[in-house]
Amino acid sequence: MTVVCVRGPLKELAGGRSNHELDGATVGELLRALELRHPDLGGWILDERGLIRRHINVFVNGERGDRATAVRSDDRIEVLPAITGG
Amino acid sequence: MTELLVGTKKGLFLLEGDPGSGFEVRTRAFPGEPVEFATRDPRSGRLLATMTSPFYGPKIFFSDGDPSAEWEQAQGVALPEGGEQALERIWVIARGEADGVLYAGGDPGVLFESHDGGTTWAVNAGLWSQPSRPHWQPGGGGLCLHSICTWPGDPDRLAVAVSAAGIWLTDDAGGSWRRGNVGLNPRYLPQEALADENAGRCVHHVERAPRRPQRLFMQFHGGVYRSDDAGESWTEIGGGGLPSDFGFPLMVDPDDPDSAFVIPLVADMDRVTPDGRVRVYETRDGGSSWSARGAGLPAEHAYLTVLRQAFARAGGGAQLELYFGATSGELFGSGDAGATWSSLASRLPPVFSVVAV
Repeated sequence: MTVVCVRGPLKELAGGRSNHELDGATVGELLRALELRHPDLGGWILDERGLIRRHINVFVNGERGDRATAVRSDDRIEVLPAITGG
Repeated sequence: MTELLVGTKKGLFLLEGDPGSGFEVRTRAFPGEPVEFATRDPRSGRLLATMTSPFYGPKIFFSDGDPSAEWEQAQGVALPEGGEQALERIWVIARGEADGVLYAGGDPGVLFESHDGGTTWAVNAGLWSQPSRPHWQPGGGGLCLHSICTWPGDPDRLAVAVSAAGIWLTDDAGGSWRRGNVGLNPRYLPQEALADENAGRCVHHVERAPRRPQRLFMQFHGGVYRSDDAGESWTEIGGGGLPSDFGFPLMVDPDDPDSAFVIPLVADMDRVTPDGRVRVYETRDGGSSWSARGAGLPAEHAYLTVLRQAFARAGGGAQLELYFGATSGELFGSGDAGATWSSLASRLPPVFSVVAV
């Protein structure tokens, strides 16, 4: 099982827990699985196209990833709002 | 006592007061978040707010309790999954004529309906499936459905405006739609493009005259218009006394179908109040003539921008209250139909919308 970690409002919407063990072969599959387990998260990370929202960053073991990034069962996925602005 | 719901770049502000004795900020909600629009449904007392988090996308929230803390996310505010577009923003919420019905307009040119007072929403399929939709062109603010004009007493009739896909009309509660752009003159298009009904009709704001619902007023991207046939066709009325026929906000006196109020800006390339003066312009003859209403408003070195949803009314007739906010964070109000004005707040975040309840 891969661990997906969410914080802030995403954590609240995910039942108040940061870490979620999920099955999936890619980041996109994991995020969709997270939404299915916690429907209140629907639309917060992924938009209607299934794309990760523009100002959300996903890191796989500390490296920047995207929805197509392949994951293994011992990976750790961090979902973070981007630092935007200037 | 009037309640003002002021959507800003940094949260929702609820003010209470009256134009004679001033207003106070009672509540700030969604601190730090852009709140594009908020309204209260007088039938239920429910507050509704649209907020587009730069991180998490557009949402509608509602509150039946303490608006400083108790908000719940509405469900169904999304485009059909699997398409090529995502919802960018909710621009406006309007009360329908039938019990519990609300409408919300958003980008990309989408109309949402709620039949339970705003708890759940669904895309209006008739407008969403318009065959011409792939050819619709966005305006500078996106493909925004910003104006929703209900028909008093008839829940089946509706006019909506999309920048820049023009006016759309329905007589069957949104089951089918047709265009209503006859007479509009987009001066920014070459003459040979006018025959193309998909070429941009950049409507900025539309209001219906409740006492004569076949009459509507429109602020266009260059031009002020009136329709006397329920939005099927339009006549330009911006020539008689306006310093500019460019602008966004427009309001009507619900008791007087010959009335309309606009806040002109210089031009599309210079979107500030003309001559460094803030003035509201009023017509009481259906647009044949316009008069400046500026007593109490800044008269020099005032280059304000007033956005399309930032002009509101309460009451009507001699007691008509008018309110508007600017991107400078100033908020102005009048309790005598625009004859005199006062500053209600001067250091709010940039104002996106104002609704008076």
